Amino acid sequence: VETRFVCDAGEFFMKIIPASDSSLLAVFGDAISTETEEHVLMLFHALQAGHDDRIRNLHPGYVSLLVDFEPLAVTHQEVGTIVESALHTGQSAARNDPEVVEIPVCYDAEFAPDLADVAAHTGLSTDEVIRMHSSATYRVCFLGFTAGFAYLGGMPEALHTPRLATPRRAVTAGSVGIAGGQTGIYPTETPGGWRLIGRTPLRMFDPQVDPPTRVQAGDHVRFSAIHRITFEKLIQRRS
Amino acid sequence: MTITVAKPGFFTTVQDLGRFGYAHLGISPAGAADALSLRIANLLVGNEENAPVLEMTLLGATLAFEELSVIAVCGATCESKLDGIEIRQNVEVEVSSGSVLQCGSTTDGARCYLAVQGGFDVPLVMGSASTDIRGRFGGHQGRRLQAGDVLRVRKANQTRTRRLRAGALDALQHAGQVRVSCGAQNDWFTADAFAKFLTTTYTVSEQSDRAGLRLKGEAISTRHANQLLTDGIPLGAIQVPQDGEPIILFVDQQTTGGYPKIANVIAADMHRIGQLRPRDEVRFTEVSIADAIEALRTQERWLKDIFIS
Repeated sequence: VETRFVCDAGEFFMKIIPASDSSLLAVFGDAISTETEEHVLMLFHALQAGHDDRIRNLHPGYVSLLVDFEPLAVTHQEVGTIVESALHTGQSAARNDPEVVEIPVCYDAEFAPDLADVAAHTGLSTDEVIRMHSSATYRVCFLGFTAGFAYLGGMPEALHTPRLATPRRAVTAGSVGIAGGQTGIYPTETPGGWRLIGRTPLRMFDPQVDPPTRVQAGDHVRFSAIHRITFEKLIQRRS
Repeated sequence: MTITVAKPGFFTTVQDLGRFGYAHLGISPAGAADALSLRIANLLVGNEENAPVLEMTLLGATLAFEELSVIAVCGATCESKLDGIEIRQNVEVEVSSGSVLQCGSTTDGARCYLAVQGGFDVPLVMGSASTDIRGRFGGHQGRRLQAGDVLRVRKANQTRTRRLRAGALDALQHAGQVRVSCGAQNDWFTADAFAKFLTTTYTVSEQSDRAGLRLKGEAISTRHANQLLTDGIPLGAIQVPQDGEPIILFVDQQTTGGYPKIANVIAADMHRIGQLRPRDEVRFTEVSIADAIEALRTQERWLKDIFIS
């Protein structure tokens, strides 16, 4: 069942699907768009602000928000009502002044094993790939997959490159990669199939800090190309 | 009070009931794979249900106790010996100072749980003592235990232990049938494909861990070749990747993913998933969400009722 909502920017629709006995999925569309991202974030922020302790976890995605709750404390129907009223009262998540987080990235060959492949695939020179990647402004659509991994929207289409056919068994923390139309940073060492084009010296995830992640859903991100010497200095400063 | 790890076993971590409220940062709940056994172990020694315990997988640990303690081993049967003498599970056991507890291989499930009166003393990270293996935080130094580790135990506030009624745990099955409700993308599968999923006996693959259990068996195909836009994954979701072999996403799961989810393990059967071993067989039965919640309510009543008051 779809519900229609009207906000400053116009009307939109939301569909609620039960996902398990302890969760439901609020779906805002079936294609990635900045409007849909805004609706997901609007609901996410409104529910976070509600501090309802019967709601255990919120998982934003590209076009949906998964709401995980305590099934013996609240019913699916009640959570559905909470979601709808959060949307009615929620202000547009498109903040006028989103936090812009600058992420220094060293694109040196040592950190960029796939830079040449990205250049070959896109028909650009490696310098052009670096220049384009570090001049765009990206939106943090959501964090997922693993602790602190940000899904960034807004990569220039000219840079789109498919992921590796065979993922690497271990990708070093801080590695910056491209997969299709997405770009992102590996916060911890994990296996991964994204094409690696650089590395940031910043710690993207630190469980001892509040908040533990350097970027949050709704932030904007810019990459700034740094020299190897700066990279080493920043690594030293961090420890 | 401290406990020294002489042998860590196959994969032993500190866990509680999990870390909630951080999925939007990509942080999975972690926590005990069989939360029911963790709760029973804690209740037996007089702890809070959520006190940190050791979760031991397939092969248990060997531990040296510095001081007099009260412990309980629950979950899968693992032939535990205290100074060489076999001890019973699912009952509180007094351990004298200097004693060595040796937990063996699990025989009827994947994981056993050791609760110590007072609970293991590890720093809470984001509100939980659970070990986040991939994120490398929580539990004991964010990792599985190693030989030589020294674990601290909190001083117990109260020492009122409990006992189980005779045959109380007979109702717990460690494997076999698992009840599921429909997944968020159940409509990506034809009725025939879903029927095939429900009639197939799957085998748990060797490539299974706390993040996910890969199942071998009949491949399930989706209705269309569309790619799902990455979305949130509930605990116990059963996703079907392109090769058609289902994966149960479990406590150390990724918080988002891009494969359609055909079904979801019901909360009341999550403990059974935690006891599945590689090569175990598993079959799924569909229940409504209303029945799933009723089953959970019944289980909670059962848990209150199994102790002698």
